[in-house]
Amino acid sequence: MTAGLRTIGGPQLGPEFRRFVKFLLAEMRPKGPVVTPFNVITALIMATSAVLLAWRFAFGIGTITNLSQDVPWGLWIGFDVVTGVAFAGGAYVLTFLVYVMRIEKYHPIVRVTVLNGFLAYVFYAGALLLDLGRPWNVINPVIGNSFGVSSVLFLVAWHFMLYMMAQFVEFSPAVAEWLGWKRVRKVLGGMTLGAVIFGISLSILHQSGLGALYLMARDKIHPLWYSEFIPVLFLVSSIFSGLSMVIVEGSITHKVFHHRTGAKLRATNDDIVFGLARICMAVMFVYLFAKILVFVHGHGGQYLFTGWGAWFVFEIAGFVVVPAVLFARGFRQRSIPTVRLAAVLTLIGIVLNRLNVSVIAFKWYAPVRYVPSWMEIVVTLAVISAELWVFRWVVNRMPVLDFAMDHGEQPVIEPAAARHAA
Amino acid sequence: MNRRDLFKVLGVAAGTTACARSARAAEPPPSVADGADPVGVLVDTTRCIGCRMCEFGCAHANGQANGLEKPSFDEALGPNRQTTEKRWTAVQRHVVAGRAITVKRQCMHCVQPACTAACLTKAMYKTPDGPVIWRSNKCMGCRYCMVSCPFDVPKFEYHSAVPRIQKCQLCFQRVAAGEQPACVASCPAQALTFGRRNNLLDEARRRIYTEPGRYISHIYGEREAGGTSWLYLSAVPFDQIGFRTDVANEAYPTYTKEFLYAVPLVLTLVPPLLLGLSRATDKGERGGDEGGEA
Repeated sequence: MTAGLRTIGGPQLGPEFRRFVKFLLAEMRPKGPVVTPFNVITALIMATSAVLLAWRFAFGIGTITNLSQDVPWGLWIGFDVVTGVAFAGGAYVLTFLVYVMRIEKYHPIVRVTVLNGFLAYVFYAGALLLDLGRPWNVINPVIGNSFGVSSVLFLVAWHFMLYMMAQFVEFSPAVAEWLGWKRVRKVLGGMTLGAVIFGISLSILHQSGLGALYLMARDKIHPLWYSEFIPVLFLVSSIFSGLSMVIVEGSITHKVFHHRTGAKLRATNDDIVFGLARICMAVMFVYLFAKILVFVHGHGGQYLFTGWGAWFVFEIAGFVVVPAVLFARGFRQRSIPTVRLAAVLTLIGIVLNRLNVSVIAFKWYAPVRYVPSWMEIVVTLAVISAELWVFRWVVNRMPVLDFAMDHGEQPVIEPAAARHAA
Repeated sequence: MNRRDLFKVLGVAAGTTACARSARAAEPPPSVADGADPVGVLVDTTRCIGCRMCEFGCAHANGQANGLEKPSFDEALGPNRQTTEKRWTAVQRHVVAGRAITVKRQCMHCVQPACTAACLTKAMYKTPDGPVIWRSNKCMGCRYCMVSCPFDVPKFEYHSAVPRIQKCQLCFQRVAAGEQPACVASCPAQALTFGRRNNLLDEARRRIYTEPGRYISHIYGEREAGGTSWLYLSAVPFDQIGFRTDVANEAYPTYTKEFLYAVPLVLTLVPPLLLGLSRATDKGERGGDEGGEA
């Protein structure tokens, strides 16, 4: 490898490359205590899940899941993919605010949000592979020997893939800064706006596309949740879902990674949260209005006084109206706890809504209901744990919560600077 | 992207939308095949004697290659008997007003199938002659076909490391060789008639017309899900013998068509809009930023 590089790049590239490898190896080592309750629990979950997955790949999906001929998509699709992607919607909304609308206020949280979005797609959309019966054929719709272009899933799959790339480009300046590659950093920085615009277009389509997946399941989803407007509802709700996730994540991240948080972000964090709360509130009222329109248009009234009707009202009143009002109050009274509570309720509401469409109200008439097995839940938790580990690794090393918000010089990141001095 | 490209894409998108709309307005049963007449089977449930020879014939013809199990005479026939991943066709026994009615069920082989529209690898494939088949080398096992099929036909091998989607293939190889499907060939009661769909519809209408007391005036599959290649005649309303009568008369792919038409529109309209917005908001103060058109 080194020999090859030397012939291409001249004599000085050899030691340079060795230094680079050394740097990477040094960065691989954990920072901070290894045996913590969080590490032990998540490691146990991931180890258990590895055994379960080995079992699943050897003997079939049915050995660890409660999926059936009646319910082909369960927790792994309904929660990991459909809900996880809605949670990751914050990335496209924030990049829109910062790079397209150029609202500088939100600039300090844009990198952490994009990182979160990118990892969410890698892990949650990646969890799709665990659910595929014949994952070795996953390459088929990519390499073009069988393009099922009439399929919504084809669109969603391609958009996942392209959006992951776009998000990586959006985040790549942080990687370049970490490695101390100034020129690369400049080139990558120049690609950001393009990636952002491409990413937003893709997000609009696949956030709604996840809803459009269920359009052909017309007779299987309870009429209170099925409508031809599912794609629109999914798109609108992904906006406040993503921003609520940003609020909740931020409140945890700033505590855990306090030492990595920049002065600018510390100073303006509350303003950012209140601004996001106001956007959430506005979009939630739009969503509520759309929901009511769809409800009236679809003659939902006839189901209102059934058990399903009560469940529907519970979702809409408890987890759309209440958090929207709380967002408004939190914003007015400048109360961070109120906004956080609203954000948490919103996220629960999104889980409810996505699971209602994909799992709970799916085959609502079936005598035998699908309930996920404990093993499906453990694998889901393992996916989340793995994502958190990678997130922590990146935040502890790259300039994510503290970075210079222009084309200026490096932020204070020691390893990179040290490497460059050589 | 330059302007000419944009107009081109817009024109195509608008054109396809317009075509789709006018096509839908023009033909009353919206989706029945416009080209060749597909092959199909007419099931006359008033002739079915519930002997299950169709199940045996199917297992004999398709069992070995597809891992189906041999039917057993010990099994009781009930109204909830379904096809499974080991059984492509199943005879149900319904009791209506004290009379037993047996019904053979299997894939309906829709004229415009939801499963083939759902499949992102074209593993579910409608052959030009009509049978809807599954191709193992393409399928990635996502099970979206199962979610989409209004009749819940495709079945999945949940307990295999190399799972297959299992469903009736309308014996497409036998049909291509000029033979009848195995089930039709093994029916001793002439309850199953194999032929071209339009001829079968004529035959079904003839039977209803000549023996109005014997049949209700409904051919199941004529319009259901936009038309299916398997057609059913019955003496009693179809919801009493296990058929879903709330299935739409529209072909199921039309439910996602409009969303898919929006895709080129969004991909061509949104980026220029965003680029314009970003230019408009650029106060040119910071000399570029990460947004960098510096």
